[in-house]
Amino acid sequence: MAHAPAIHGEHEPTTTGLNHRKLLMWAFLGSDCMFFGTLIATYLVYKNKSLEGPLPIDVFDIPVTSVSTFVLLMSSMSMVMAYAWLTRGNLKAFRIWLASTAIMGATFLAFQVYEFYEFANHGHLTPRTNLFGSTFFTLTGFHGAHVTLGVVWLLSILFHSFREGGVTPEKNLDVDLAALYWHFVDIVWIVIFTVVYLFGVFEGFPGTTPSAVVH
Amino acid sequence: MTTLAIPRPVHPTGIWSWITTIDHKRIGVLYGVTAFLMFFSGGIEAFLIRVQLARPEQNLITPEIFNQLFTMHATTMIFLGVMPLSAAFFNFVVPLQIGARDVAFPRLNAFSYWTFLGGALLLKISWFTHSAPNGGWFGYSPLTGITYNLGHGIDVWIISLQVLGIASLAASFNFIVTILNMRAPGMGLMRMPLFTWMTMVTAILLVLAFPVITVALIELYFDRAFGMNFFNVAAGANPVLWQHLFWVFGHPEVYILILPAMGIVSEILPVFSKKPLFGYATVVLAGVIIAFMGWMVWSHHMFTVGLGPVANSVFTVTTMLIAVPTGIKVFNWMGTMWGGSISYKTPMLFAIAFVSMFIIGGISGVMHAVAASDAQQQDTYFIVAHIHYVLFGGAIFAILAGTYYWYPKLTGRMYDEKLGQWHFWLMFIGQNITFFPMHFTGMNGMPRRIYTYYGGMGWDFWNMVSTIGVLFLLVGFLIFIHNMARSWKKGETAGADPWDGRTLEWSIPSPPPEYNFAEIPNVQDRDDWWEEKQRRRELAPGAPVPVVAGGSDSDDAHDIHLPQPSYWPFFVSLGLFIGGMGLVYLINVSDAGLRTLNWVALTTTVIGVIIGMVSVYAWSFEPVNDPEPDGGHAAH
Repeated sequence: MAHAPAIHGEHEPTTTGLNHRKLLMWAFLGSDCMFFGTLIATYLVYKNKSLEGPLPIDVFDIPVTSVSTFVLLMSSMSMVMAYAWLTRGNLKAFRIWLASTAIMGATFLAFQVYEFYEFANHGHLTPRTNLFGSTFFTLTGFHGAHVTLGVVWLLSILFHSFREGGVTPEKNLDVDLAALYWHFVDIVWIVIFTVVYLFGVFEGFPGTTPSAVVH
Repeated sequence: MTTLAIPRPVHPTGIWSWITTIDHKRIGVLYGVTAFLMFFSGGIEAFLIRVQLARPEQNLITPEIFNQLFTMHATTMIFLGVMPLSAAFFNFVVPLQIGARDVAFPRLNAFSYWTFLGGALLLKISWFTHSAPNGGWFGYSPLTGITYNLGHGIDVWIISLQVLGIASLAASFNFIVTILNMRAPGMGLMRMPLFTWMTMVTAILLVLAFPVITVALIELYFDRAFGMNFFNVAAGANPVLWQHLFWVFGHPEVYILILPAMGIVSEILPVFSKKPLFGYATVVLAGVIIAFMGWMVWSHHMFTVGLGPVANSVFTVTTMLIAVPTGIKVFNWMGTMWGGSISYKTPMLFAIAFVSMFIIGGISGVMHAVAASDAQQQDTYFIVAHIHYVLFGGAIFAILAGTYYWYPKLTGRMYDEKLGQWHFWLMFIGQNITFFPMHFTGMNGMPRRIYTYYGGMGWDFWNMVSTIGVLFLLVGFLIFIHNMARSWKKGETAGADPWDGRTLEWSIPSPPPEYNFAEIPNVQDRDDWWEEKQRRRELAPGAPVPVVAGGSDSDDAHDIHLPQPSYWPFFVSLGLFIGGMGLVYLINVSDAGLRTLNWVALTTTVIGVIIGMVSVYAWSFEPVNDPEPDGGHAAH
């Protein structure tokens, strides 16, 4: 660039010291908390209120979902590595870790597609079946949409990094913001996995009803 | 460096200059003009309602159209009237008050406006496609479910609110960042003008409240379009969930409407009383507490649902408590005027009227805060009287006050004071003739949202009075439009500081230059411009106070680099509009409940998504400022 833009430079001093875009991202994440909070609240209000099955205990395969959860959590670590290598100036390692983050995100999504397919075809659970179906598919579906957006975002940055000066150790804000978003979406999944999957299956967790009682 | 080979827009004038503008002042004008038009259309809807109700057993309007009228009237006034009018003030005033040259994200700001316009058109077009929504602005399920509401009216309502929500969220993120991050040096939080404070509080409320209604609308849409069960009683669902979700959003929304109005009034009262705002810190704190407590009172909209004595008692107490910070504000406003040398110009008249009308609306609010009393008032015209005293006598009066107050800053010209006074008195009398009798009809048991009523119930006389009052409002509004339009070109030159103002926007020329401040001010006090004028008078007694920061042709001005116009925000919004139009008609449901996919609508949605995504990418890779090879500058 010929000169730094007057108001919008990456390192322009601001009143709070936080970059504009970073502050925006935090505000957005606060808003997104309310979005997922409302979806989770709906799920919890209707927990054990379905008039007919299938119920969580009939369809969930905890070992399989644990694997996909593990992959998604590891992708967060991979994201941290990517950002760390970028700030240390190793662009090649940055790209490898960024690609691995995106691949792990895509793997998680593949698991989700498989899971949805299994539920619909072998578990006889669709969004129209009962309250559990409607709330479950909507909640996890919107989480999946967030992950999808994240993967597209990470890949866009990856391709952009091959341009001259697209991503540099100094110009790392794009990566920083994508990482913030990525970690947030991961954290939301931890809540969903605990509240929806674990509480839904293991007896002794609050509100878990054995399937037989309702049937 | 744009990825698409489309050159940067360079239109100094004409329609494309408005479409591509990212100047917060021009966007403020776009917001204001559009919102006043929408406000007028909502007024016409109200007028038709009043004509139908003027006398008992009239059949001027069918019950079906009547349902659409009150739904569209409320939705229009709230989402297309008061909210964007507040946004117009956020845009025009806030950067000037904090000593900034623009907002933090100028292109996002343009996107907010165009998306708002898209949402507004989506809603309003439904009159012409005979599919105006008819479920009330609160859209209670299961009335809005597919079983009881076939056709696309509710889908129009859902999708347009989603689009408007995106616009509001984007604007709120923008103003949170702008206010926190772009204050002039020295302007600590407790030196911020009250309007800026209330803008920030409103924006924070909005980013937390809107996702709740977003989810509720998604659930309702999924039920209608795809046959899901969120509000399907036959599958065990509880429709009261909709009411909770709606009012968890809906009550903070009420404060989203009124807090900016309170901010405007807190600016005007000190200026026209020649006194600083009484108890600045408490007024700020009261605003913050109102916003916080606004989350704890939603179930007072549901006292008659049957939530039980414990819930009703708790929400009675919290609702009465929220009257305390509101009362604190009222006393501080009166304290501001007390002993001041008051000049009764039009903005001041509207501001004083705001305080008095808001007190009436506030007191009737405390009356139905009591669950036992509310059981008698719920769904009667008493509630209609209450909300019009706080939203019309309240929010709209404050917005009119603000319009007159900042008009000379916006246009450089003074409105016609005589016409302004006429406008005020017509509005003030009209407001009370129209809405005060509704207290009586409501107490006499007249339900809201009925399209007609039998004579001899004791409602005939007061209904006629209410309808006559609307004529005062209509004439007043026409005078207002005439005054604004005529004075724009023909008004007297106003000068930089016609009101002897207190805040930074009065330190620069009227209308402000594109870059606002030639030199970013160094803030030393609360009401800094007022203090600055006192300091200068002490230094040079008797000398006129010059406009400092403005020096419109100073050499400094030529080195100011402003963000450049862009096509992309408009096209992202266009994509949202087209995609939204498709989503409305995506699924057809037959009388027998059979769902079929509308391929034309699906194609439209896909086209909208593609336009939106391509534009988002082009926007992302477009630098805020293009490098300037010839060493020229952007400020021209």
